[in-house]
Formats: sequence, structure tokens, C-alpha cells
Amino acid sequence: MGKPNIVELNDVVIRFSGDSGDGMQLTGTLFSDASAFMGMGISTFPDFPSEIRAPQGTVAGISGFQVRIGDTKVLTPGDYCDVLIAMNPAALYKEAKWLKRGGMLICDGDLWGEKQILRAGFCTKDPITELKIDAHDVLYPNITTMTREALAGLDLDQKTATKCKNMFALGICFYLYNIPLDYTEKYIRKRFKEEPELAEANLLALKGGFNYGANTHVFANTYNIKPKGDLEKGLYRSINGNQAVAWGCIAASEKSGLPLFCGSYPITPATVILEELSKRKDLGVKTLQAEDEIAGICTAIGAAFAGNFAVTTTSGPGLSLKSEAIGLAVMTELPLLIVNVQRSGPSTGMPTKPEQADLMQAVWGRNGECPLVVMAASTPSDCFDYAFHASKLTLEHMTPVILLTDGFIANGSEPWKIPQMTDYPRINAPIVNKVPEGGYFTYKRDEKRLARNWAIPGTKDLEHRVGGLEKDFLKGAVSHDPINHQRMVKIRAEKVARVQEFIPKQTIVGDKNADLLVIGWGGTKGHLMTAVEELQAEGKSIALAHFNYINPLPKNTREVLGNHKKLVVCELNEGQFANHLRMNFQEFEYLQYNKVQGLPFTVVELKEEFNRLLAEGGK
Amino acid sequence: MSEQLKYTPADFKSDQEVKWCPGCGNYAILNSVIKALPEIANADKRYKHEKFAFVSGIGCSSRFPYYVNTYGFHGIHGRANAIATGVKVANPRLSVWVTTGDGDSMAIGGNHFIHAIRRNIDINILLFNNEIYGLTKGQYSPTSDLGKVTKTSPFGTVEHPFTPGELVLGARGTFFARSIDMEVQLTKDCMVAAARHDGTSVVEILQNCIIFNDGTFNDFAEDREMREERTISLKHGERMIFGKNRDKGLIQVGNKLMVVQIGVGGITEEDLLVHNAHEPNPGVHMMLVNMKAPTYPVALGVIRAVEDTTYDFNVCEQVDRVRAKRALNNVDELLRSGATWEVK
Repeated sequence: MGKPNIVELNDVVIRFSGDSGDGMQLTGTLFSDASAFMGMGISTFPDFPSEIRAPQGTVAGISGFQVRIGDTKVLTPGDYCDVLIAMNPAALYKEAKWLKRGGMLICDGDLWGEKQILRAGFCTKDPITELKIDAHDVLYPNITTMTREALAGLDLDQKTATKCKNMFALGICFYLYNIPLDYTEKYIRKRFKEEPELAEANLLALKGGFNYGANTHVFANTYNIKPKGDLEKGLYRSINGNQAVAWGCIAASEKSGLPLFCGSYPITPATVILEELSKRKDLGVKTLQAEDEIAGICTAIGAAFAGNFAVTTTSGPGLSLKSEAIGLAVMTELPLLIVNVQRSGPSTGMPTKPEQADLMQAVWGRNGECPLVVMAASTPSDCFDYAFHASKLTLEHMTPVILLTDGFIANGSEPWKIPQMTDYPRINAPIVNKVPEGGYFTYKRDEKRLARNWAIPGTKDLEHRVGGLEKDFLKGAVSHDPINHQRMVKIRAEKVARVQEFIPKQTIVGDKNADLLVIGWGGTKGHLMTAVEELQAEGKSIALAHFNYINPLPKNTREVLGNHKKLVVCELNEGQFANHLRMNFQEFEYLQYNKVQGLPFTVVELKEEFNRLLAEGGK
Repeated sequence: MSEQLKYTPADFKSDQEVKWCPGCGNYAILNSVIKALPEIANADKRYKHEKFAFVSGIGCSSRFPYYVNTYGFHGIHGRANAIATGVKVANPRLSVWVTTGDGDSMAIGGNHFIHAIRRNIDINILLFNNEIYGLTKGQYSPTSDLGKVTKTSPFGTVEHPFTPGELVLGARGTFFARSIDMEVQLTKDCMVAAARHDGTSVVEILQNCIIFNDGTFNDFAEDREMREERTISLKHGERMIFGKNRDKGLIQVGNKLMVVQIGVGGITEEDLLVHNAHEPNPGVHMMLVNMKAPTYPVALGVIRAVEDTTYDFNVCEQVDRVRAKRALNNVDELLRSGATWEVK
């Protein structure tokens, strides 16, 4: 073979898969970061098991990381991959279904022995035929051996040397896609600053992989993705949803002038928010890793009572445990942000897999008439804005707010144009510092928002009591008066309903009279948007309304829903948002497209469904 | 008159109608609190009237915040210690008090109780122990004696009770005191000592539920004379002596405590144990909290008060230490930290 051709591409999807201990998440992250650094669009989908280190070479322990890079902004990590890196046969067994027909498969030849193949669960010695893999190229470089050889000059034990094989595989990919190594080299040097020998080992493995590609000419082509340069100018970084939520909360703390307190209990996939906040003592953040989920929210409620901006973070099962305390926050009308990073349920379910099945729980899951504000973020980076705005609503309206994200956007990352804090509004909590004219009353409210005033312990002459018992509508004394109770029930509901006046109107992507209106909410935005835009480009009469405000719904929702032949609500559950809309706007007929597999939608399946609905014609 | 003497009990009485049953032991406890708070505030100028916060869960004891004129939070069942933890971490300058019961803190809130103690957060927990569920009308609690007949144990309970002091020590508590509702002065003294202690202070107050468990402490606390004979009021640095005639005391024999009569068998006052509440080793404290009538006198007073760093102090100290060396000053700098790139 001669020098390979360079083929120009618009985008490519690569999936790294291997044992949980093989470092596939890091490999994928480094590939996407280096690509983003070159100005490409990226979107990532870490897809890992809940076991930390399942037995090596078995399907249970396979960890995958899919990344899509493109010459312009990409909205999804891609349905299927162009290149699958399988570090062992078990990885191929589990992940082969994601490889596109005619794609490229790269396997570690050293681990392709009969024993390993059978251990992975194959019935024959020929996985490719057995799985009916239709790949254009299947390569078996001896990644393990070549990694060890590349590191032969270092004084390392074999186990440590072998661990660098992910960097070798990464080097191959960089060669294949003409991505320079400098960004990653810099990262490795910094990461292993204290362990120069490991830094050296990883760098040698990385270069070894790159040189293997360059020298052996086993690849007929290499590929080039040239950024179009149509991304908005400015300073960018890569960010995942959990990090963005944490930072959005810190931004709200800064803009409100209130210290941030987070009381939480570790739970997948929400833990990273607590971890991120724990790092930020430099910005004055207090975090408390509680003894359980209930203590997480109760310490936060105590902190809110004492005048902090209080946050608690969790995932579905934890939200269940927090229900009673959320009711307490509703009753005491204290500000509290509850972040629920949804995962696949019910019960423990599939902890690392995304789902959107906690919507009804968020809106209704408490005893009594217990309304609060529910919002949902929709991409890794917009988690920052929605966390900020959720914080603003809770602090200014004195009502708890539940912010829903999910495992897909929480772990996924994308480039983010870094905003300026001067572009964000100030947050004004209704704090009273002295006895107001006419006296201080616990449940005195501002007329616009119906938010009660917030008197903070330590303030002279504002001693008062709040609690879970029903209170007098003004003075806040315990009251079992029937008329007072109904009045308080209505006023708490009205307070939440009035939030509608303070949130943006619902937008539509596409023609507001399109035949088919696709409706989504939360973390499915990238897939829905891609499917709808692709069909619009084909001239189809289709539009998208993607919701971020669930309760209350935006003021113009009826108008948005009203001008279409068909409405189809797409969500990763059995139809919870569809039912929410049915309850609020009974005059419309809602079709549903639901998926509950612990996986995101694919653009392919969405387009197929939308085409079918469009072809059937309207009523 | 000096500045420090300005508060009186009247300043801490609330205008709310108190709704406990007539004859309830809680009235005496409320009386002790109303006396303790001005004493604490007058002795320590950090604690002005507005610095006190009372937090409770659910149960008869938990109505307490309505009856003291301070900041108050009436929480949900079992969670008072968690809520109070949040209050104290958010604002360590407050004097935070929890009023709770044997249902609230020994059963549904047991987890928060032990973890508050483990962290040694500087809150004062007043544990009203009446060995029964009062507000739900008479079911057994985790401190009810084995065999106790109640509405949910018509044939007697078949489960062993907790001794709260033992649980506190097991959770590595730094402060434990015990009193009886009728002993208003002693209860007040324990509260004042609790307030002075930096760390989680637990004051167990044996409280008579006149409706559902009347006389449960009568084997040692029925009247003053019996209390003198069957309880021992411990004071740090003083001999462990008790009895109406102060003629009985405690000595240690092997790994057990033993009651002795002064003057019998050559025993003199000098032979009695000296109470050391400040001893970090909880061995003797453990024996003291577990003393049961009639074999032993029931131990009252401050049984344990040892120094250790507190959670709220450590949290603030760590924040200050990290902030002093900080590389970031605001959110704009945070967002630009780490790897970034310019799209031109």
C-alpha cells in the first residue's frame, strides 16, 4: 500500500468500548476534547454499566463511550457508529449492534484467542460471522503487545504498562482522523504531574498508536473533518450536564448574594453535582454529604430557614425518599432547589441508563395539595442556564423548584460558549431585615408573586415559627380553621401558577402551522431537533415544540398546540408529558411516541415514525 | 445594671396557648428552658435573643418551638436533628436547640440522631423520654421496657429497648446529661451546661406522660424522698455519693460499679469514685448511663462532657483555609478555568 488518501468528511461517530477498567470513558473524553479544541462540533454519550469492575472480559463489565465529531455544531452523539473500537471480544459482543453497516471495526488482536472469544459468550470461534457483522474493514492490531513494546524502555511492571493500551488505541484514532496530539499530550503531562513515569508511559503509548497508523499503512484512507467555522465566535469549553448544574447554582449564589449550601447523598447519576460543588470551597460553597437522602434535603431545608441558598441533588429513588420533606418545604414556603437527574426505574432500575419517567413524580408525588415549580434542562450545556433560572425562581418566589435532567445530558458533554456573568440578571430574594411598617407577619406576601417575606434567624425582632402544620394565612400561628386551610391551599397553588408570568413563552422550531407538531421535553432535544430539521430540509411540514417549563407550562402553550393536524408527544417513558398536556389542554388529541429502554432516541427511528405520521395524512 | 443581666424568663415566653395535657411533664421542662435561656444569653453576649433557634420533629415534645419566643421550626417526624444540622452549618453563630422525643429520635429519626452526634455538630438536643408514643395515643416506643403492655403490645412487647445514653456514647458523643422533668433546677443546669459545651449535647429528660404512661419512672422517681435514695446527681470532680443522708456511694470493682454504704465494711467517703465527666474514655460513663433502679441509683446530671472539634467549626475552617489560597475569585473565573479554546 502507498500513502493513504485523505477523505474529507462532514462528521463521524466513534464508539470506544472495553472493560470497565480499560479507561474507555477517559479515552472517549480525550478524543472529544481534542476534536472540540480544533473547532469541531462534538456530542458525547458515555454508556457504562453500574458495576464498577465486573470480571474482565465479560459482557457485564463493558463500558462504552460514543462521540460524534462534526464540521459544525452536532446535536446528538449519533445513532450508530462509523468506527467501533472493541478492546476485547466481550466488547464486540455487547456493542456490535451499534456499528453501522459498512463501518470500521478495530479489535485488539492480542485478546482475540479462542478462550477469550468463548468467555465473551460467543458460540463459535468466529464472532464476525456469528454476529453477521457487515463491516467494510475489520482490523486486529496487537494493541496489548505493541503497547508493552512501546514502553519497553521504561521501568514499569507489565500490569502498569498494559494499562496504557487505551492511549495506544486513542493514538490510532488520532492518526485516522488527522487530529494532532499536542492537546492530549498537554493534558497527560498535567494529569500525571506528580508521576512523571506514568506521564511518560501514556505519552509513549499515545505516540505508539499514532505511529503504528502512520508507519504500517494498514489503513487505506485517513479522514479529515474541516471545521466550517460557522460556530459563534468566542471562548469555548467542554462541559457535561452535572458540572453545568453545579456551576449554574454557584452563579445563582453569586447573583443573589446568598451563600450556597448543598445537602446531598451520593446517588448515580447525580453524584457529580455534589462532587463539583465540594470542590468549590474557594467560592464559599458549603456541602454536606448527609447520612441519607432524607437528611440531604432536611439539612438543605434547615439551611434555607437560616438564610442560605439551599440545594439538594438526587436521582429518582432519592426523590422518592425526599417526598415528605419536599412537602415541608412547600408548606414552610422556603426556597429550595431540588435537582433530579433521572435514571431508568422503577426502584433501583438501571442506575446508569437515561429515562424520563419521573415527571409525574416531580409534579404530583407528595401528600396533600402540594404544588411546586417543575423545570427540565435539555442539553449538557443548557443545564447551566436552567439551574440558574430554577434558582432564581425558587429564591424570588419562595417556592421549592424541581429541576429535572437525566443521565444522558448529565454525563454527556458538548462545547459551550462561555457566557459572561454580566449578562445574567440579579436575583432578589424577598428578605426582610427589620420590622416592616405595620409589623412583621410570617405569611405576608408581595402582591405580584405572592411570595412570603423571608425573615432569617439572627435578625432582631423578627422571631417567628414555621413548620409542617397548617398556618394562619397572615400571622403564621398554627391553624386548623377550615376556611383558612382552603385559603392557604389556593394561595400556594396561585403562587406557583403565577410563575407563568415570569417564564419565557414556548417557542416553535419551524412553521407554527406545520401539519405535524413534534412535542418533547428535557434531554431528548438533540435527537428531536435533528430529526425534525432533517425532515424540514426534505420539505416536510413538521415543527418542534420542546418544553423546558413543565409546571407551570408556558403561557402560550394552547396557542402553540392549536394549529396543527397532528400532535405527537415523544418521550422516554410511557406518556407522562402527554398525560400532563391532556390534563391541561383536553381539547387536543395527542399521539405518542415512547421508548423505555434506558437508551436515548435514535434519529433514524424518530424520522421513520414522523414520516409515517405525515404519510398517513391528517384528520 | 450591667448589659449582661438584661434578659429575663419573660423574654422567652411565647404568647401561644400551650396545649399539652394538664399534668404533663412537658410543662416542667418548658419552665426549665424558659429559665435556662436568659441565663445562657446573659452569660454569653454572642447569644442575643434573636440568635436562638428551636427545631423539632413530630410528637408532643415537638410542639415546643411554638411555646418559646425564639426563631422556631416545627419539622417532620424524625428529621429535627437533620434540619437543625442544616441551620447550624448555614449559620454557626446561632444557638440551635432540638426538642425531640423517644419516638422522634430513637425510632424514625435514629439515623439523623447518631450522625449528628458522630459529626459533633454544635447543637443542643433535648430528648424528652417518656417511654411511650403520646401523640398517637399510647403505643410502645424504642425505650419502652421489654414486656410493656401498650395498645400495640396488648400481650407485652417482645423487643429490647434502647438506653439513650448508651446510644449517644456508642455514636461517640461528647456530651450527655440526664434529668427528670420534676427536677426543674437540675434540668435547667443541664441545659446551661449543654449550651456551654461545644459539640452535640444530648440532655435526656425523663418525662412522665400522665395519660398513657403515668408513673413509668415511679420505681425511682415517684417523690423527692425516693429520688434522693434511688438517683445520683453527678457533678464533675465530686465523689459519687447519694441517699437522703448522703450515706451511699459508688465504687468500681473489676469492670463493674458497686453500691456501697459508707461506714459499712470500713468504707469511707474517700473510697468513693470521683466523677470525671471530662474523661475521653467512655468506659465509666457507659456504666453510669446504664445504671438501673433498684440495683443502682439512676445517674442524673452531666455524665459526659469531653472536648473535641465540632463539625460546624471544621466546615467553616476548611472553607476559610481553601479561600485563603484560592485561585478563583468569582464565577466568570470559574467558567474560564481548565481547558478552553477560542473560536475565531
